[in-house]
Amino acid sequence: MNLFKIFQDIEAIDGDATERLAYYSRRSLLGLGKKALTVSAPVVMASVLNEAYAQSTSVQDVLNFALTLEYLEDDYYQKGNAAANLIPAADKAIFTQIGKHETAHVALLRGALGAAAVAKPTFKYAATTFTDYPTFLLLAQAFEDTGVRAYKGQAGNLLGMDVLTTALQIHSVEARHASEVRRLRGLRGWVSATDEMPAAVYAGEGLTTQATVDLVALTGKSADRVREAFDEPLTREAVLAIATPYL
Amino acid sequence: MSGMRIYNSGRCLRQKRTGSFTTIMFSKNGMENTTKDRPVQSADRRLFLRYAGIATGAILIQSCVDKDSMTTPLPIPGATTVDLGTGDPGILNYAYALEQLEAAFYTQVIATPYTGMTDAEKTLLTEIRDHEIIHRDFFKAALGTAAIAGLEVNFSAINFSDRASVLGAAKTFEDLGVAAYNGAGKLIKDVNYLALAGKIVSVEARHAAAIRSLLSPKTASFAGDDVVAVATGLDPAMTPLSVLTAAQPFVKTTITAANLPK
Repeated sequence: MNLFKIFQDIEAIDGDATERLAYYSRRSLLGLGKKALTVSAPVVMASVLNEAYAQSTSVQDVLNFALTLEYLEDDYYQKGNAAANLIPAADKAIFTQIGKHETAHVALLRGALGAAAVAKPTFKYAATTFTDYPTFLLLAQAFEDTGVRAYKGQAGNLLGMDVLTTALQIHSVEARHASEVRRLRGLRGWVSATDEMPAAVYAGEGLTTQATVDLVALTGKSADRVREAFDEPLTREAVLAIATPYL
Repeated sequence: MSGMRIYNSGRCLRQKRTGSFTTIMFSKNGMENTTKDRPVQSADRRLFLRYAGIATGAILIQSCVDKDSMTTPLPIPGATTVDLGTGDPGILNYAYALEQLEAAFYTQVIATPYTGMTDAEKTLLTEIRDHEIIHRDFFKAALGTAAIAGLEVNFSAINFSDRASVLGAAKTFEDLGVAAYNGAGKLIKDVNYLALAGKIVSVEARHAAAIRSLLSPKTASFAGDDVVAVATGLDPAMTPLSVLTAAQPFVKTTITAANLPK
């Protein structure tokens, strides 16, 4: 997979992306652990890399952006739930429930967009994704936590609109999923450590100051607790920069 | 005991009336010192005093009418009714009220652990307590002089020695918090406030899932059909009025949301 070609594609669409991508490429993408790189796969996200996503902030584009992420999640859990000998029997109920929600989110967003809905991309996954449960869990966590950040990043584009409520109602369900998957992996349900993997998914989660209030100083709580207490958003460009090498 | 105050050299910032008993939080070095892990439940008055004493190095003296309080524009009178106010500050006060409730609840949960609380559960619940305290104190700081007074809670319906009672209440509070933020989002006018609410609501949803998972591990309950709509996969979004109606049994202070945006 040629990451640099993808960066060039994005840059061609969004000239301002260079600096942002440089950040991710230096700090996150190229700094990935070996495990994360082996689970990332050359999935086709080219359909996502288009002008609308990179530049426009119309409601329709926001919803199509969301739909694309939901397509991915829905596809992922459908394949995971259908795979033999992947999800242990004890965890089946959890992923059946998550998959059910993603399918419902796709239907909901497609219904809202009508004819304007983007088509479902073709997703491809690394060979071991649906045979190795730890790999499956890691990617599930990455998708859920990225999903939470992606919706959060779009909220401002829907300010005051009824559709904001719907987006928030999806957003919190993704957060429930993220919490559960993280806990299945033995992690906290909340994003905590500054070195969580995949690194790109958690870039920028380390804030201890909100709205100029230094919350460690204010509350006397640890930086970990303060970081956990606030989930940070991601821009669409950042989501794409994260998603592309992982998908 | 009426008229007694907890004294420290800082300014008297807030007064909270619990029956005939009045407690007052004080500033310390110009900053209000109400942020440590203090139960505010009147039923747990002694514990509160102990915490307050630890936190402030307080000593007790008689009479609130002394030189200090005469020369200080505060205290704010103890509130039995609070009006959340209007506009975005009103919405932030609404969030502040809910975070006060949650922080007080988890503070009590950790102060008096239920029978059989495992180490893992205590760790998880302590972290949630700290998140809620951080949320509460953040809103108070962000609101500044527009902040409502401290609420007086009523947890008499919760049996803090019983795991099912405590976790059941936690589930109620977390699910309610999620639905409250989801419903309040579109009432917010300032995009920066919306962003802040968005940063918090997903943490509340993470809490909700974790609490539900403690109650029903390895099931669909973390995002169960009882809360997430099956057909749409959506969490609830509730109006402030509905949320406050659900929350009011746990709050002695009457909360008025009549002036909030609709």
